[in-house]
Amino acid sequence: MKTSMLKKGWLYFLLTTTSLLVFFPVLYAFMISFMTGTEILQGRFLPQTFSLDNYVKVFQRLPLVNYLLNSFVVSLSVMFGQLVVCSLAAYAFVFIPFKGRDFIFFLFISTMMIPWEATMIPNFFTIQKLDWLNTYQGLSLPFFALAFGTFLLRQHFKTIPIELHEASQIAGLSRFSFFLRVILPVSKTSLVTLGAYGFLTTWNMYLWPLLITTNSSVRTVQIGLKQLQSQEMSTDWGVVMAGVIVVIVPTLLLLFIGQKQLQKGLSQGTIK
Amino acid sequence: MKKVELIDLSKSYDKQVDVISNMNVTIEPGEFFVLVGPSGCGKSTLLRMIAGLEDITSGTLKIGDVVVNNLPPSKRDLSMVFQNYALYPHLTVHQNITFGLSVKKVKKELRNLRSSEVAEMLGLTEFLHRKPRELSGGQRQRVALARAIVSEAPICLMDEPLSNLDAKLRAQMRSEIRRIQRQLGITMIYVTHDQVEAMTMGDRIMIVHEGKIQQVGKPIDIYNCPANPFVATFIGAPPMNLGSLSMEPNTARLKIEDHFILQLPIEEAMKVPNKNLMIGIRPEHIKPATIDMPENEKFHVEVTNVEILGNETVFSFQLGNNEWKAKWNGQWHIENGDSIPICLSVGSICIFDGETGELIRKPSEVGSFVIQKEVLL
Repeated sequence: MKTSMLKKGWLYFLLTTTSLLVFFPVLYAFMISFMTGTEILQGRFLPQTFSLDNYVKVFQRLPLVNYLLNSFVVSLSVMFGQLVVCSLAAYAFVFIPFKGRDFIFFLFISTMMIPWEATMIPNFFTIQKLDWLNTYQGLSLPFFALAFGTFLLRQHFKTIPIELHEASQIAGLSRFSFFLRVILPVSKTSLVTLGAYGFLTTWNMYLWPLLITTNSSVRTVQIGLKQLQSQEMSTDWGVVMAGVIVVIVPTLLLLFIGQKQLQKGLSQGTIK
Repeated sequence: MKKVELIDLSKSYDKQVDVISNMNVTIEPGEFFVLVGPSGCGKSTLLRMIAGLEDITSGTLKIGDVVVNNLPPSKRDLSMVFQNYALYPHLTVHQNITFGLSVKKVKKELRNLRSSEVAEMLGLTEFLHRKPRELSGGQRQRVALARAIVSEAPICLMDEPLSNLDAKLRAQMRSEIRRIQRQLGITMIYVTHDQVEAMTMGDRIMIVHEGKIQQVGKPIDIYNCPANPFVATFIGAPPMNLGSLSMEPNTARLKIEDHFILQLPIEEAMKVPNKNLMIGIRPEHIKPATIDMPENEKFHVEVTNVEILGNETVFSFQLGNNEWKAKWNGQWHIENGDSIPICLSVGSICIFDGETGELIRKPSEVGSFVIQKEVLL
């Protein structure tokens, strides 16, 4: 009992230190967001007073609410777009037999090896020709088809017994309603995973929105943060960090909600 | 209640080797028809062809009087129970049962009524709101059954539905499925590899081997008069004993494995062709010889293995290259290596053609094993 207590204490100590180490930048940013310029320069860790000045400033200096909304719109549309496109593609790859299916699938997967940056220029020209600069569709549409997502969902769909498909065929379910009424509910776990992944990556995207947006109409928060840095000669770090904290909150929320769902889904799978 | 007709039905995957070849059989309305055979014989493929889950390469499949070769499964008006039950894991038992009905746009009140009726019939009422993963194997099996029954389809197909259950539950479900089939009068096509299931459940059974029909008939007829050595050894436990046989044409004496000699009645000997033959005899037809029997009717064999099962005793002995088994009622305390006298009655043997395996002579007396119920009344 004593040794196990010791072991437990040691484990707790290790976990606490490592998590503090990992979390330190965020924590420090959180602290800085309450500090005044001089306090930051003094290199303090804790602010003397928790003033919300920086938060007020960041909202004054930038149309941050607008940017947040833009980010939400883009991230949500990419998330749903990916879910729709990837799940349909994965469904075809698993449940609809056609000639050269495996070959096409591997071709599809092999696109994962091409870095996104390499395709950026052609993508940009396409969007430009479509006259979609400074539009939501220009920001979101190129990300709908995701090889990784298709792969993830395909792997999950493959675990669904083929008898379910046959049983629903006998019940008279069409291909699409089988997809809608059986496949999607059964693969909820993977869909949540993919959704969270898609949302987070889009939310954190910097380069593409920078290219596509030329004014603040559809600009996303990540660009906004960069703008905060370069607006003045000496960056007001307190304001930047306040912005960072505001931007982090939705992703953290999503992570917590998603995590709960994920755990639920995962445990459901194991007790089968 | 529809009949199912298979006319010259064939299936091949690569257009060269037939997995099902030229099957002709008619399954009568309201019949419990069992397809039985060893694994890989094509019985499941055949069932899936009837269901419409596999294409038919050639031949005609009729359900009722309609040719259904190109109809999708849902248009064939049948229900199916799968080996692994294929329950929808995200739906409750109630939703699973009514899933097919909701697809067919049956009204909700009617759906609930039918689901509760079927649940009552199968003792599922208290589980209606559980998910399949919260049920035991037997209960899942019942749900799968309920889902098939609730559709009120005239034909129900079952693909080894009991193979995932333990022995006790299997016996129970066997009689339950039989009871429900009788009650509803549906045409049942049931696939199994278990000959006990086939014998106990089927009105008629069809034995399939290597994609070909071996024999179709009532279980007892098949047991008594197997059409070939394969059927003879597949049906019955322990299986029928087989051995080589030769006949002296002049005296009509049968030589079994050059060891035993039996006298065939002369008039019967005329029907037996003089060529390579094979003998088959059920273990229970090998009887103990009594002391007062004439010595030339007794055969002495050396026992190689004994199994005492309580109500009966099975022992083996070596005859030629084959191990034969005999089954006697009661508990016989025989030791390995004992030499015991046995006798064979000529009336209880089957004679097969040694090359084609065709049954040449049916056993004329199945001994004291057939008892009419008049004896009791």
